[in-house]
Amino acid sequence: MTPHGGKRLDWILSPDPALDPLGPGAGLAVGVLALQGDFREHRVMLERLGARTSEVRRPADLDGLDGLVIPGGESTTIHKLMEEYDLAGPIKAFSAEGGIVYGTCAGLITVARATVEGRPTTLGLMDVVARRNAFGRQVRSFEADLQIDGVAGGPVRAVFIRAPWIESAGPGVETLATCEGRIVAAREGDVLVTAFHPELTDDTRLHELFIHMIRRRQGAGAESSPTPAERDAGAPGRAPAAAGHR
Amino acid sequence: MTDIGTMRVKSGLADMLKGGVIMDVTDAEQAKIAEDAGACAVMALERVPSDIRAQGGVARMADPTKIQEIQESVSIPVMAKARIGHFVEAQILQSLEVDYIDESEVLTPADEANHINKWKFDVPFVCGAVNLGEALRRISEGAAMIRTKGEAGTGDVVEAVRHMRTIMGEIRRLQTLDEDELYVAAKQLPAPLELVKWVAEHGKLPVVNFSAGGIATPADAALMMQLGAEGVFVGSGIFKSEDPQKRANAIVKAATNYRDPAVLAEVSVGLGDAMPGIDAARMPAESKLQHRGW
Repeated sequence: MTPHGGKRLDWILSPDPALDPLGPGAGLAVGVLALQGDFREHRVMLERLGARTSEVRRPADLDGLDGLVIPGGESTTIHKLMEEYDLAGPIKAFSAEGGIVYGTCAGLITVARATVEGRPTTLGLMDVVARRNAFGRQVRSFEADLQIDGVAGGPVRAVFIRAPWIESAGPGVETLATCEGRIVAAREGDVLVTAFHPELTDDTRLHELFIHMIRRRQGAGAESSPTPAERDAGAPGRAPAAAGHR
Repeated sequence: MTDIGTMRVKSGLADMLKGGVIMDVTDAEQAKIAEDAGACAVMALERVPSDIRAQGGVARMADPTKIQEIQESVSIPVMAKARIGHFVEAQILQSLEVDYIDESEVLTPADEANHINKWKFDVPFVCGAVNLGEALRRISEGAAMIRTKGEAGTGDVVEAVRHMRTIMGEIRRLQTLDEDELYVAAKQLPAPLELVKWVAEHGKLPVVNFSAGGIATPADAALMMQLGAEGVFVGSGIFKSEDPQKRANAIVKAATNYRDPAVLAEVSVGLGDAMPGIDAARMPAESKLQHRGW
């Protein structure tokens, strides 16, 4: 268990997680936008859950993905590079065609309809307005225990780094968590956002929720919607039931 | 329970800067150019290292007016430098709410034995290092991010390469040792045993490691990243070049695409003159900044 809140070396001295090739994400292909920021940490989380991950820097890198994570980083840098490599259109198309998108921190800003500040230009995948650096500069960055709707097993230790919040949300947006009265986790259709960084902890539950959204979407596209347990049994990447056996 | 200033929050900001370029700026106009070019943070200074080197004298923390002017002009993180051991400069920078403090050898040291006890601060610190022992000693004092020192203000990447190769080589060496041998390794570095054990087990530093000191071209930035840097600081290299806007843009793209020679070729075209450099190998030892730090 990672000790929380310590100012000494406890946190950086905690061991790395082990990988689990047979986790709930087995057989899924998830990309992580790798223009700048903490994309490697997201890959580690997703691989712990069994998903195959890849880095997305060009539109072609989106081909064949089931989901896309837009990580934390510096939002102005990420947006500048997204423009440079014409990624905005292809990511919007990926989302419109049923790809599941999860944005953390800078990623929340990226998928928002707009920002209070009016820049950078956002993708508009979720009907929310984001306020950048809403909690203040780095000396006000913090971690706190947050109860999150749809995440069982007690509160999540949420790490906020110069974090945004959701200033206002449209009627279709489901609030999953608030902090200081502000929305800091939300879902709308196939898009999930958190203002905090689960990838900086060893708690995979938010990434599991993202994986579950991908599974549910794939289930909805099939003839019938299998339960999570049935999907686990038939997930690609595991031994397909009744295939090749006599 | 809500906590500020934890190691996770401090090193977390460094994680967000990864893959990015942190640029030295001396005024609001340069800060805007850096932000527009895609810098992931700026370092607010009165003089860039090449000017400090040329003008001599005592180099100190920047005037707070200058730092505030830069903070007001951009939305990206703003860092500032304090002298080695000058914990009051650090207290002032924390009260100004800079996002990171660089306890830097580029400024004239204020203490020739002790560094700042960085655990006492909520603001995170980045510190320079020329080898693994120095990096781990800074981390034991509470640094949440490391940068290899290189030789600031020269535009010569050779020292940056030396320091990155030294640290990566020393990490690899630790990984080859038997656990019984780590005690002596810790004594020899010298560095705290618990950190030496962590590095031996994980094969990396426990915090983010950037490269600094002498990076002047997109190729330099990509070189440092292929050698293991997780991002780069560019000091004099941008605003002492012929076309800072264009060069800043190019170095940002090089940091993202550091393994893609086609992109590196494309961004290296028509940048104008790089900063006039100094051959670091021919510099007298006493004028090298990298020896500051203990």
